[in-house]
Amino acid sequence: MSALPALAPLEAVAARVRQVMGPAVLGSHIQHGELTILAEAQSMPALAMFLRDDSALLFRCLVDVCGADYPSRPARFDVIYHFLSLHKNLRLRVKIEAQEGAAVPSLTGVFANADWYEREAFDMYGILFSEHPDLRRILTDYGFTGHPLRKDFPVTGYVELRYDVDQARLVYEPVKLQQQYRKFDFLSPWEGMTMTLPGDEKARGGETR
Amino acid sequence: MADDLVAAPPASPEAANSAAASAKNLARLEQERTFTINFGPQHPAAHGVLRLILELDGEIVERVDPHIGLLHRGTEKLMEDKTYLQNIPYFDRLDYVAPMNQEHAFCLAIERLAGIAVPRRAQIIRVLFCEIGRLLSHILNVTTQALDVGALTPPTWGFEEREKLMEFYEHASGARLHANYFRPGGVRQDLPGYLIESIEAFCHTFPKVLDDIDTLLTENRIFKQRNVDIAVVSPDEAIALGFSGVMLRGSGHAWDLRRAQPYEIYSELDFKIPVGRNGDCWDRYLLRMDEMRESVRIMLQCLALLRKTPGPVLPESSKFAPPQRADMKSSMEALIHHFKLFTEGFHVPAGEVYTAVEAPKGEFGVYLVADGSNKPYRCKIRAPGFPHLAAMHQLSKGHMLADVSAILGTLDIVFGEIDR
Repeated sequence: MSALPALAPLEAVAARVRQVMGPAVLGSHIQHGELTILAEAQSMPALAMFLRDDSALLFRCLVDVCGADYPSRPARFDVIYHFLSLHKNLRLRVKIEAQEGAAVPSLTGVFANADWYEREAFDMYGILFSEHPDLRRILTDYGFTGHPLRKDFPVTGYVELRYDVDQARLVYEPVKLQQQYRKFDFLSPWEGMTMTLPGDEKARGGETR
Repeated sequence: MADDLVAAPPASPEAANSAAASAKNLARLEQERTFTINFGPQHPAAHGVLRLILELDGEIVERVDPHIGLLHRGTEKLMEDKTYLQNIPYFDRLDYVAPMNQEHAFCLAIERLAGIAVPRRAQIIRVLFCEIGRLLSHILNVTTQALDVGALTPPTWGFEEREKLMEFYEHASGARLHANYFRPGGVRQDLPGYLIESIEAFCHTFPKVLDDIDTLLTENRIFKQRNVDIAVVSPDEAIALGFSGVMLRGSGHAWDLRRAQPYEIYSELDFKIPVGRNGDCWDRYLLRMDEMRESVRIMLQCLALLRKTPGPVLPESSKFAPPQRADMKSSMEALIHHFKLFTEGFHVPAGEVYTAVEAPKGEFGVYLVADGSNKPYRCKIRAPGFPHLAAMHQLSKGHMLADVSAILGTLDIVFGEIDR
């Protein structure tokens, strides 16, 4: 197997997927030598099964599933699947859009290892996967609320955990930072400066921040 | 309780029948009841903070439910808030036994998005240190797996070698562990001249240590009894479960990204890809031993190339690399460039890439979405250990409780990368 077949043109893969899975494919593009297919969310399991079983593709390995958050869009989330074909030595990325609160179909029936990846996407973004056998949180704490990788979730979080000696147990409390979280935006030296220096409030007509 | 039911005097024949049936039922339930135990979160064989909920039937494992996330630090969230250069150290803290291999994937992603060319000498240094990382990881795994199944000596021998390797890290980057050495476009600084000799000397003595570990473990009766035919993964299963690296090659797939999708100078190097036959823990141990020998061969080739290849280790006159110190004394542009690079950082053109490297544990991938600013919009870290640990139930079902630690050992898990 040391002599693997040469990299088949990605255009051919895109054409093949379009030809067979026509209505499920919303678009495709090749960027930086990587093929991305934009797919319709509800037909994702059928598309994945086709990618896995088609003898011209054989994307039998699901490398990764992850979410991404674009709060300004109507369908807020992207779910991104990375497939690998060991037989054809090809990679493929499939993206679907997901709305907040609406479920997208789970791939666990097609790829067994989608289980934990989808749990992670649910934990981090709150993307729901219908027919997932066990959609629990995976990385965050037991009893955690919120979805930390959403863009509107603060980096410092909401609660912090400490051991209370008097109560002899762990307690959750609202985050109290001993020092301001240092977020410098260096994009512009003056616009990035949001803190008001002592005395500057006079220049702004007495307005204090 | 079952005895009470049987001993109670029957009131009527029907009642007697039902009493006998329920007694039988209870006895059956008693037999079928599984015993649930916690393995971890603090367990020496868990290789970090892993909590396994094990359901046991006697000593046979019926179900495994790994609870992960006890080392979750929110790396991906933090990365969205820092510039690209500030993000490189986060990659050292993922798989902390082979830090530079992770940095490599991230730098490759930035380079592909921004179209940065890497000077040849930097490529050779990168490959050299990636193979050192492979040695670091495999030494740790082979010897601690031996520890997990009861052998105490191998770690003491292996860790001495790891110490030497970490000194090489220190001489190159200044840090033994969290190197922060790779940069988009190359590496931070050139190697000191004497380091090439030291690494070469190591490459000549290290195979002897491997031979010693080999004689200690490979034909050791206890080690074989604990590893042969444990956690057998069939070739199809390995793909379906999303395995990569040694877990995939152990099942007979000759798949190595260094060969299949070569990056840096791997396509010019002469090395073999060891492939297993049976897909059990024993095969995977042998593969790791063989891969270490191949890594030493690669390192020797890199050292020979380094002697022949002088040159810069970062692109010159590029906006992605700092200017020469001497230029900053005379050139205002160089001074401004230096200041802007380390405060604002460079901007990466909008786009998305997925880059993967053959890390010691398997395919380590970075899915990077850039929005044209100086910070990543989204960076998903695809850790090789994640799908491996996810398959823990499939691998352990039907095995004995004592095999769980052998299986955890063979998976080569490090929680830095799984929990992120």
